[in-house]
Amino acid sequence: MNSNTLLLFITIILFFVLYAAGCIAYSGKGFTNVQTFLNILRGNAGLLCVACGMTCVMLTGGIDISVGSVVALDCMMLAYGMANWGIKAPMMCVLVLLTGLLFGLVQGYCIGYLEIQPFIVSMAGMFFARGMTAVISTDQLSITAEISQTFYDWANYRIYLPFGGVVNKAGKTIMPYFGVGVVIALVVLVLIFLMLRYTKFGRALYAVGGSEQSAAMMGLNVKRTKMLAYVLCSFLTSIGGICFCMNTMSASAQQATGLEMDAISSAVIGGTLLTGGVGNVIGTFFGVLINGTISSIVKTNGKLASSWPNVLTAILLCFFIVLQSIFALLKNRKSK
Amino acid sequence: MSKVKKITKNQLFLPVFCMFLVLCANIIYDVAHGSPFYNFFAVSITNGMLQGRLINILNRGSEIAILAIGMTLVVSASAGTDISVGSVMSLCASVCCVLLAGAAAPQATELAVPLIVGVLGGLLIGCVCGAFNGFLVANLSIQPMVATLILWSAARAIGLLICNDLIVYVRNDTFAVIGGYVGIVPTPIIIAAACVVITTLVLKKTAMGLYIQSVGINKKASRIAGLNSQRIIFLCYVLCGLCAGIAGIVGASRITSADSNNIGLNYELDAILAVALGGNSLGGGKFNLIGSIIGAYTIQAITTTMYNMGVSAAVTPVFKAIVVIVIVAIQAPPVRAFFKKLSAKKGVVNA
Repeated sequence: MNSNTLLLFITIILFFVLYAAGCIAYSGKGFTNVQTFLNILRGNAGLLCVACGMTCVMLTGGIDISVGSVVALDCMMLAYGMANWGIKAPMMCVLVLLTGLLFGLVQGYCIGYLEIQPFIVSMAGMFFARGMTAVISTDQLSITAEISQTFYDWANYRIYLPFGGVVNKAGKTIMPYFGVGVVIALVVLVLIFLMLRYTKFGRALYAVGGSEQSAAMMGLNVKRTKMLAYVLCSFLTSIGGICFCMNTMSASAQQATGLEMDAISSAVIGGTLLTGGVGNVIGTFFGVLINGTISSIVKTNGKLASSWPNVLTAILLCFFIVLQSIFALLKNRKSK
Repeated sequence: MSKVKKITKNQLFLPVFCMFLVLCANIIYDVAHGSPFYNFFAVSITNGMLQGRLINILNRGSEIAILAIGMTLVVSASAGTDISVGSVMSLCASVCCVLLAGAAAPQATELAVPLIVGVLGGLLIGCVCGAFNGFLVANLSIQPMVATLILWSAARAIGLLICNDLIVYVRNDTFAVIGGYVGIVPTPIIIAAACVVITTLVLKKTAMGLYIQSVGINKKASRIAGLNSQRIIFLCYVLCGLCAGIAGIVGASRITSADSNNIGLNYELDAILAVALGGNSLGGGKFNLIGSIIGAYTIQAITTTMYNMGVSAAVTPVFKAIVVIVIVAIQAPPVRAFFKKLSAKKGVVNA
């Protein structure tokens, strides 16, 4: 077993340990229900899309911290656009996706062709998107059925599982359900997994991340690959933004602050190396689940301060980053 | 021709030129609104305090200037930026206020411990955060931005935990002096000036500045030449943490409270922008501290000008982001090569 599989293995075990701990500690509060697990998926569908995009960017050795702000911009565009510009929901979603593509194109051009550090570019992108959100509106908006019946129906469409029902206080059996967002997120996950494994572009991402020089010598277009990675990330972020909006049904200039941190930590916890070239979205999926479980446990407890999930995720992130660098150091020593 | 080139080649050209542009924008705006053109420079003494837009910029820009000192050193030595400074500011402010408030938190009017204890506590936390970043970067050789990402997220959250999710007020005149006035001069200006003078003296009088630059230019070669590269990078991060601590305490004292959610918010971009605006390469190596300081005040001038023109605080990041991208893009190697080619072609035509 090499060190990368070991990292993925640690992640999967960590998720089951965390979830089991939650089940044991809060079995009285309904943590063992199937619905709790589905709620983690429902609440983090947007994050899962964003984290898949982030994984693709991190495979090339880059990073994109603008994702949180882009999600806020997407939500704001959806909420404000449907209410004030009189644009129908499907058209608005297409607009949001196009914005994502354009945003990724500009960032990708700066990073790929102008060779500016990804961090600086995406940091500027982060502030730009957050500022643009405020330009559209500084109010707290919510999407109601009056504003857009279509979007409201999408967000509230429930797909029921045929098993795992719970009898509530009124004696009615409620089947566990999930929404459209979860379906979108899982489709994205599978598509990205297949893309990374079987397509030319997917393999090029790994090659560029492994070593830019060797990738260029093999005849790959490094600059274009890098640019496309950022375009893909911003596009997936916009899909995530729509899922996120379906979940919150609201928009504000301060929405999704720190989402970039969750996405990065999910990818890192899932075994994606920050130096690039190693990782896959299955690990990222478990990373997202771990993030979701932590915040779910904190919420179920109800007495812990709201900043605890942040602290815990940062500690986990720190642990995995240090672990990765120790593995890298060991590998270096061995090769010497 | 050669004279123009000499001036534009100077490292301080970019920050001074930007400052000049901002001044012009202000004067044009003032004249257009019927105020005299010297409105921007007008300084008066009201209620025994210096007032005026210029003083305001110098006063409000102190935190960015202090952060810029630490950021310049970090960028120079490790070719990466410390993005945790804003969060660390917030954490230091929280620790300082909680220490000062003592049992009376979250609403204190008396100091529970002497002022110096609270301030030193805050600064110590800043150094510890810096040391943590420095250890990850120098000893474990993790990319600086990734290593500081941890505290970027965690420091503000820890600050909130310490304050118990509340805003801790320390409504005390002794504490308020740090962010208030000494005589007629705003104290933050004095603190920022002292930090700049001390750092400049240390860098000029000792070999420290030279060491940092040589480590930044080539880490391996410096080690072979007998420098302890790891320790120098580590030290730079500790200094950066210390600067964040000072800035955090000034920020807390300004509002006599620890507002963990808002102190130092988005300051990391301002600090990085100040370094880039000062003509320093974000790729490490040679640095010019004075350039960064002028850059810091230029940014504050931009912010103040925008507030003056009635642009909302939430929208200002848009303009700053554009400025960052333009400045960094001008410095990017492909763009430079393009301009070189362009001027070379012109030379051929002239000949």
